[in-house]
Amino acid sequence: MADAVHIPDEAETRARWGAFEWTAENAAQADKIIARYPAGRQQSAVMPLLDLAQRQVGAETQTNGWLPVPVMEYIGRQLDMPYMRVYEVATFYTMYNLAPVGRYHVQVCGTTPCMLRGSDDVFSACKNKGLVKGGTTPDGLFTLTEVECLGACANAPMVQINDDNFEDLTYDSMSAILDDLATGKQPKIGPQIDRQTSCPEGGPTSLTAMVEENHDYRGQWGTTTI
Amino acid sequence: MPKVKVDGVEIEVPAGATVLQACELAGKEIPRFCYHERLSIAGNCRMCLVEVKPGPPKPQASCALPAADNQEIRTDSEMVKKAREGVMEFLLINHPLDCPICDQGGECDLQDQSMAYGRGGSRYDENKRAVTEKYMGPIVKTVMTRCIQCTRCIRFAEEVAGVPEIGAIYRGENMQITTYLEHAAKSELSGNVVDLCPVGALTSKPYAFEARPWELKKTHAIDVMDAVGTNIRLDSRGRQVLRAVPRINDDVNEEWASDKTRHNVDGLVRKRLDKPYVRKDGKLVAATWNEAFAAIAAVHHGGSVAAIAGDLLDCETMFAGKLLVEKLGGTMLEGRQTGLAYDVSSLGAVNFNTTLNGIETADMILLIGTNLRWEAPLVNTRIRKAIKKGAKVFAVGPEVDLTYKVEWLGNDASLLANLPQAVVEAFGKAARPAMIVGGGVLAKDGAHGDTLALVETLGLIKDQWNGYNVLHFAAARMGGLMLGYAMDGGVRAMAAAAPKLLFSLGADEVDYSAFDSSFKVYIGHHGDKGAHAADVILPGASYAEKAGTYVNLEGRVQYGDKAVFAPGDAREDWSILRALSDALGAKLSFDSFEQLRVEMVKAVPALGVEGLADYGWSIPKLPTGATGEFGSPIKDFYLTNAICRASPTMQHCSAELIHGESFAEAAE
Repeated sequence: MADAVHIPDEAETRARWGAFEWTAENAAQADKIIARYPAGRQQSAVMPLLDLAQRQVGAETQTNGWLPVPVMEYIGRQLDMPYMRVYEVATFYTMYNLAPVGRYHVQVCGTTPCMLRGSDDVFSACKNKGLVKGGTTPDGLFTLTEVECLGACANAPMVQINDDNFEDLTYDSMSAILDDLATGKQPKIGPQIDRQTSCPEGGPTSLTAMVEENHDYRGQWGTTTI
Repeated sequence: MPKVKVDGVEIEVPAGATVLQACELAGKEIPRFCYHERLSIAGNCRMCLVEVKPGPPKPQASCALPAADNQEIRTDSEMVKKAREGVMEFLLINHPLDCPICDQGGECDLQDQSMAYGRGGSRYDENKRAVTEKYMGPIVKTVMTRCIQCTRCIRFAEEVAGVPEIGAIYRGENMQITTYLEHAAKSELSGNVVDLCPVGALTSKPYAFEARPWELKKTHAIDVMDAVGTNIRLDSRGRQVLRAVPRINDDVNEEWASDKTRHNVDGLVRKRLDKPYVRKDGKLVAATWNEAFAAIAAVHHGGSVAAIAGDLLDCETMFAGKLLVEKLGGTMLEGRQTGLAYDVSSLGAVNFNTTLNGIETADMILLIGTNLRWEAPLVNTRIRKAIKKGAKVFAVGPEVDLTYKVEWLGNDASLLANLPQAVVEAFGKAARPAMIVGGGVLAKDGAHGDTLALVETLGLIKDQWNGYNVLHFAAARMGGLMLGYAMDGGVRAMAAAAPKLLFSLGADEVDYSAFDSSFKVYIGHHGDKGAHAADVILPGASYAEKAGTYVNLEGRVQYGDKAVFAPGDAREDWSILRALSDALGAKLSFDSFEQLRVEMVKAVPALGVEGLADYGWSIPKLPTGATGEFGSPIKDFYLTNAICRASPTMQHCSAELIHGESFAEAAE
């Protein structure tokens, strides 16, 4: 359990976040989310509301946001569900942060496909920029977390920073991304090599004639090369 | 009624039964951890796998599979045996091999089932998972590494106790059972999770490392902490009761017991009266029995004799006390120590007529002046069950958290005379309406009459249904009333009559300053209020140290046995009264407990039959027109009588759970 999140001191958290309330905008959004579910089933809204709250906390603290205990209780009261049930949901899903994170939450995938394609290089790039697994950098910019598969194996290795994926990483491109973020520039989202999403590198390798215009391949059916 | 075949034997099972229940009906034992008869089905331990045809060609969890017509169930096939071995092996992967130092050892489901269904040895070489201990309050000790995550405790807390404070956090290998933020579980039923836990993850904190189950003598007894009459088993070793656990009785306590019932037993060996005392020059001095008897015999009472019965007494003691008082020429008997003086001309009008089993079938309930969670926690669980079946609850009285949804009408006795129209209409439509009248009502002049007047208004009497219930919280109350321990005007009238000789039979809640002129003889077991005020103390036996007859709040006559001997010179109460009668020259006619019981049954035949006594039903004419607020007669759930006041566990519970002192760190 070495990786278990340390829940921040309760009294301190309550003093800081005890008065949490939705902003006017988020209150409207929360009502909209709750209205998606039938009356009496409003508890189903707990996950989107926790996410909304995490984003509001993030906006207030200039970070990627986290879920202080009083905020979870606020949602529990709004949805009329026991605090423990909200807490269970928040601890179950890794996208909810139980402790404060930095402005950029760097989630590096270390699952087998990414590892085989070089996630260790990504980690060493992070390490060389001063990021420590499970910790936040002293300037409050980066929090590094190793996560399990984020479902972008075709673009391994990959990292999720806040809401964006950065894919097909190398030691150099990862370092460049962190440098850009540290200086306030927006790095390119998605694959860091010459490819579009998970299409082949360097352009299409099949159905090449389709790139420019619609092409009738029927005449070539049965031949070995298309 | 589906017909199924279990191991080749065809049986018919009730509609809605599960495959597991069908197997049990066929007499097959199905191992299980998460399944429990009184909780919802979780189906997550997988230990109850059986082979079912038709269905997928793999073993199925029988606890969550409905029994259907023409199913062929095998519990003895090779597949089932392998499946059980496999599940057991997985469960044991992360379970520590610390049975020698585990309190559950000897009564552990995992231990027993691994012997019966597990493989002979382990094939697991990796490190085991370890989980940090969780704080769950003063009653429950945790060793969470042992947890197999059956989630019984979570389901109990949510479904039965009604305090959804226990849950499972994180997931997968990191899943942990904990209370919310590791605060103490604020429930008066928390001790039950110890019994529910199939392994040694949740064990009893006060009982930690005290004994092994096989070295304990087990005695069937009746609990006296409240008037429910919880059926308990006292586990004792030598002269000490080490723990109290509930016995199953579906008519009374089902399978549960309150924390007070379970953990008052360490009070039985503290602050005990173990020799007679006589007051000399204003100070109580230890004496011999003969000296004490002589001091009592020296009182010139001239027939002015009275007896007050305490809340924890058995019927035999009260009957013997009554005989002695009558033999000495006295008439004054009272059991309602705190000065209540409600009318007892009809015992039906002060009885829990719906019965404990019946109240869970009620569909409309009105609570008046009662905090059920403190006055009778096990009645509260019944009402939770009623609500689950669709009952609606209204309440008049001080607002408290009863763990379920209650429509509070206000705390004003005058409401009884004019209930809101909506309530009366709701009751008019109800098929099984019930009203529960708590201790706060009996303490108020006119309120008892007001509630009886409501019987007609709310239509509480129907065919085969009596919805009028008075909730007592003293174990001796109904028995005392049957034996005539009630006089007009109650204790106050008795004090006004200033008896020369007053027998206090374990009465610790009486205001003795009103009896300054009386010579007070205390016959009881704890050095509490009654003993402090006494002129002579005769050390008696507690409920664990004597056999006795008890009548619970619904009029159910039950018998308890003697688990241990009273400490020191203390004697069983009936023998004290018998010896004392000799010394006072008013010899009582019985020479043994059996003879006393026979005489008692001759006087009150209902006490001779186990089960519900029939009080009949008639509404006495009583004054009405109560006004003002209802009070709560129980100030501190954990310290309601002399035994729990002497118990360190109960003091700890009171300090932490009621007065909010923090012990979390001291306990670690």
